[in-house]
Amino acid sequence: MAQSMLELANVESSYGPVQALRGVSLSVPEGRIVTVLGANGAGKSTILKTISGIIDPQKGQVKLRGVEIQGRAPDQVVRAGVVHVPEGREVFPLLSVEDNLRMGAYTRRDPDGVAQDLEAVFGYFPVLRERAQQEAGQLSGGQQQMLAIARALLAKPQLMLMDEPSLGLSPKLTKEIFEIIVRINRERGTTILLVEQNAHMALKIADWGYVLEVGRIVMEDSCARLAEKEDIREFYLGVKAEGVRGKRRWKKKKQWR
Amino acid sequence: MVQFVQMLLAGTAQGCVYALVALGFVLIYKATETVNFAQGDLMMLGAFFALSGGTLIGLPYWAVILFAALVMAIVGMLIERVVIRPVLGHPAFTVVMITIGVGYVLRGVVTMVPGWGTETYALSTPFGQKVLRVGGAVIAVQELAVIGMTAALCLVLYLFFRYSKLGVAMQASSQNQLAAYYMGIPVRRVNMLIWGLSAAVAAFAGILLAPVTFVHSNMGFIGLKAFPAAVVGGFGSVPGAIVGGLIIGVVEALAGRYLPEGFKDVAAYVVVLIVLFVRPSGIFGETTMKKV
Repeated sequence: MAQSMLELANVESSYGPVQALRGVSLSVPEGRIVTVLGANGAGKSTILKTISGIIDPQKGQVKLRGVEIQGRAPDQVVRAGVVHVPEGREVFPLLSVEDNLRMGAYTRRDPDGVAQDLEAVFGYFPVLRERAQQEAGQLSGGQQQMLAIARALLAKPQLMLMDEPSLGLSPKLTKEIFEIIVRINRERGTTILLVEQNAHMALKIADWGYVLEVGRIVMEDSCARLAEKEDIREFYLGVKAEGVRGKRRWKKKKQWR
Repeated sequence: MVQFVQMLLAGTAQGCVYALVALGFVLIYKATETVNFAQGDLMMLGAFFALSGGTLIGLPYWAVILFAALVMAIVGMLIERVVIRPVLGHPAFTVVMITIGVGYVLRGVVTMVPGWGTETYALSTPFGQKVLRVGGAVIAVQELAVIGMTAALCLVLYLFFRYSKLGVAMQASSQNQLAAYYMGIPVRRVNMLIWGLSAAVAAFAGILLAPVTFVHSNMGFIGLKAFPAAVVGGFGSVPGAIVGGLIIGVVEALAGRYLPEGFKDVAAYVVVLIVLFVRPSGIFGETTMKKV
């Protein structure tokens, strides 16, 4: 396995009295796409927020290339090369698309590099070039998602944290977005940690997957193998298994085998 | 007619001061969702610094403006860092009470400083009592200067917010604070700079107001007029604050001339009531709701 870009060791985070992560350990190898699957409330987004410094973990370490970054302020984490594409897009609604993109490059001090990346990003998302002067709040949901990804790219990240990029998008748009995520990974060598409800898509593009249930990692494997597991197929992919007796058991227990 | 034009100009000049104080309210409100009730007192403090800059250090008028703005920017940033930041995340009411407290403290401190005290001072300006005669109208140069300087400041602020990276980042973090964090904008530092900017604008307003009301420890109560100006313009809108201030200033001046005595002082609030009846979100009220 390639050298690991990001390493989480026994991370515990909570929102006030509610503990959302109960000791999560995972590793993201450099240049790969790693996905975290899980139901609503499993703590997927919390993992990302803990990495990007929005939430400080109570215990455990977050290591970026071996350097501990847990507890750092969010802007320090961005400067270290980690950008978070938040769930629900979170664009700056009253700024123009172009200004949104420039804010993505806020931490950078190389205008030439920014201009180059701006061109590259317009290459990935031509529609953003057409809308460059429009207010971001007027874009459609899909375009806003593209803007959110493009904005994050402008920070020139080594590691991108993506939180539900398919949220609220049509199947066609979802497919497009995922294709671009793969392109970003292949062409720019950006490591990606992807959190998704859409397990089908996530398992298709990612190399390695973790399954998170109520704040704990219950399973990890390569995505090809995960997609074959019975429990994954049933609970995440919605493929109904035929029982031995020819019909489905009323209440099936997850066994994570 | 001549008199009307004169009143209009005087009202506009007064409105400019309201506009600048209102601008201070709006900047801080947009950035931190809190109303800074000490804005008027920051203005008062700025005027005192300008006074000392002129009399003690002997700076010329233009340098006095820069000096007071700079000192007040530091004061504003200190207030944010020391008093406001620790209570962020608490209910807005807490922060509002704290700003009211800060206002009282500033007023108290000013009366204790030797050379400031409770006296009333005149801030000398290069315009003095000079007047221009255009047609039959007598126009004070002072008023024209106030209007011109306000316009210049607005232009500078517009260019700053529109084109500078920091200015755009200030807008960005006020529109979506969480996303600003995600993009690596140091939101806390940006908010501190906004307090500094707002206090500097207040100092500017204080210097412009000084020839009209003189400099004394209670001149900050003009904030009570600037607040309606911000509401009329649509709280949270920068152009709204300017327009609101001008409207209040002009209406007040005309009410003082043409309506029975006493109307002048309530005119601002009458305007607020009317505007709120017709357009509850104010003249420039934002149509896009901010994501909180």
